[in-house]
Amino acid sequence: MSVIEWLRQPWPWYVAGPLIGLTVPVLLLLGNKSFGISSSLRHICAACLPANIPFFQYNWKNEAWNLFFVSGIFIGAVIATTLLADPSPVKVVPALQAELATYNIYDYHHLVPADLFNWPALATGKGLLMMVGGGFLVGFGTRYAGGCTSGHAIMGLSTLQWPSLVATCCFMAGGLIMANLILPYILKL
Amino acid sequence: MKELIRDTDGEMSSQMEAAATQKWYQLIKYAVVGIFFGILFVKAEVISWFRIQEMFRLQSFHMYGIIGSAIVVGMLSVWLIKKCNLKTLDGETVRIQPKKFSKGQVYGGLLFGLGWAITGACPGPLFAQIGTGATVVVVTLLSAIAGTWVYGRIREKLPH
Repeated sequence: MSVIEWLRQPWPWYVAGPLIGLTVPVLLLLGNKSFGISSSLRHICAACLPANIPFFQYNWKNEAWNLFFVSGIFIGAVIATTLLADPSPVKVVPALQAELATYNIYDYHHLVPADLFNWPALATGKGLLMMVGGGFLVGFGTRYAGGCTSGHAIMGLSTLQWPSLVATCCFMAGGLIMANLILPYILKL
Repeated sequence: MKELIRDTDGEMSSQMEAAATQKWYQLIKYAVVGIFFGILFVKAEVISWFRIQEMFRLQSFHMYGIIGSAIVVGMLSVWLIKKCNLKTLDGETVRIQPKKFSKGQVYGGLLFGLGWAITGACPGPLFAQIGTGATVVVVTLLSAIAGTWVYGRIREKLPH
């Protein structure tokens, strides 16, 4: 098996997790940068539409590294889906597959399910709720919490900060409530 | 004048730095780290809506393994940096901003959790999902930017 073929398979957690963890020291040593991605959304607001809101009155250019970082994430994803694409369908546990079948979700060709997230779906209540509503909660919630999975769960816990533990537990609680108690009703729409 | 709520953002440490002028080409290294990160996100299926559902339904260990081992490696690295007093490329001492508690970590955390389970993405993966060809996620990203803006607009009225 060639290296490229090997790289094309899905990577196991014990390879990916430690590599994600290494981002923390890499960013610190490259230039004293704290790993955190959601603040890029704040910088975009500060750069494009500050509207005299105090929260967006700061020199976003000092934070431009973060915008380079997220642009890199986009390019990396393009590379992974073209040069390193895995032709086989996404493997999903049978219990979830069985449940998703009841909501007419059968397409396992993409990591983002095409049955749910597509342009025509934006014209439906379900699509609006999931794409526009879900996105709004992500942007509003992460900034209200002062960070996201990278800023709190990984950077915050790596540096032993208890407020980040509180935040991480609340992320998980919110996700558990949505996935198990609310999302099934949304998916039935 | 109304007293402003202190900045509760744990990801804004760079604002503390003396505004050293950075040239754009000095920032390319962060784009390179981002590219590796984007590849990792896709190949390890961190950005997969299905993986996020498995995680929150306790059906798979994959995401817990990733987040858990990332924290352990991050912790060990930070400990080593402090222990050996490693310097940055520019010879600065590594600084770690303390994160202060605010009620936002509870309310905001819960709201983000709800959104995470719907979209299958936290902010980083949104950029990566678009890169995989799911162009409609641009709408989700714009909505997330709008959410951030609305938070900034009304934050004085929210409990912190």
